[in-house]
Amino acid sequence: MASLDDLKKRIASVKSTQKITKAMKMVAAAKLRRAQESAEKGRPYSEKMNNIILNLSSGISDKENAPKLLSGSGNDKVQLCVVMTSDRGLCGGFNSNIIKKAKSYFTKIIEEGKDLKIITVGSKGNDQLKRVYGDKIIANISFKESKHANYFDAEKVGKMVIEKFEAEEFDVCTIFYNQFKNVITQIPQAQQIIPLNVENSEEDKSEDSYEFEPDEDEILSNLLPKNISTQIFKAMLENSASEQGSRMSAMDNATRNAGEMVDKLTIEYNRSRQAAITKELIEIISGAESL
Amino acid sequence: MSEEFKIEIVNPEKSFLVKDDVSEVVVPAFEGEMGILKDHISIISFLKPGIVKILSKSGDENYYIEDGIVEFKNNNLSILTSSIFNLTDLDKSKKDDLLKLAEEEANNPEINDQSKYLVDQKIEVLRSLN
Repeated sequence: MASLDDLKKRIASVKSTQKITKAMKMVAAAKLRRAQESAEKGRPYSEKMNNIILNLSSGISDKENAPKLLSGSGNDKVQLCVVMTSDRGLCGGFNSNIIKKAKSYFTKIIEEGKDLKIITVGSKGNDQLKRVYGDKIIANISFKESKHANYFDAEKVGKMVIEKFEAEEFDVCTIFYNQFKNVITQIPQAQQIIPLNVENSEEDKSEDSYEFEPDEDEILSNLLPKNISTQIFKAMLENSASEQGSRMSAMDNATRNAGEMVDKLTIEYNRSRQAAITKELIEIISGAESL
Repeated sequence: MSEEFKIEIVNPEKSFLVKDDVSEVVVPAFEGEMGILKDHISIISFLKPGIVKILSKSGDENYYIEDGIVEFKNNNLSILTSSIFNLTDLDKSKKDDLLKLAEEEANNPEINDQSKYLVDQKIEVLRSLN
């Protein structure tokens, strides 16, 4: 059995850990509110963008000459996956959930005999993926310096993806991120951004005719690259809200566990203290008796 | 019959401006400036760098815009843009910063014709503001 002194030290250390996790939880809660707010504020932009593209692509006359970003390059041999994770740890299953989702997709691709290329956004994903898929990672981007997700960063990723697409380095692009549902639940998502999936959006196709200036094709080819950045930005916003939410619940759990541990250790400490006293008393009494 | 319609300007981070008492908006569309009044036909166009003028009951406002898409439908005007500044907030040093950025881009030898055209526009507009 541990000595009294050891127990005392142990209790002190668990208590100070509890203080840290409690503080982290509070910080995460504050950050979560901000991240959630900006995720909500960012929604109108991507929704409007989506609507316009939908309207445009339904009006496009010949599908043959449609921009490649919309129709794809014609095959699906090379798959690019953009895996978006956080730069910091201690956020529960946040990163591993994305990685798990991505990995199962990777195995599927490789089994089908297709080529795989990976871009990791955020250092945690890179750390976890480079052990197995190190040779597939073509780039790693990290935004450690930026305090919160901003459009400028998203545009950087978007430009890189488009450049690679135009250089015909890949055919299909999928992004992986966590969608924020609530503090406890974040759903890992795989979303294909190139070629764009227009069919699956169930909008009421209002058939009112727009006037375009200049023509549809030109607007579309200008809009699609922007849409890529917008989608990536949306993913970044969702991700940062998820990260904070996940960290908050993880830290909440840790604080609670630490509390339980302190209780248990305190009982043990008191018991052994009492045992020591009793032992001393017995010694004194038996000593006095023998006289 | 009121002659007013609604305008909404959104950038990726937030909804930048919402107004519903607008009588006229002038936007720098790709093929020239375009004034939009109530009951304009539905239109989608993209913008080149320039000034967006909003005329409304509660006062006129001017914004400097670098790019964007404009959509008008059912008397709702939406402008999607990634960089927009209120002219009254845009002071000298900020203007100079933007101008410097644009000039750097213009001097990039690998620039393609269309972006060159847009950058030149940007420089022109920024110079005229000073």
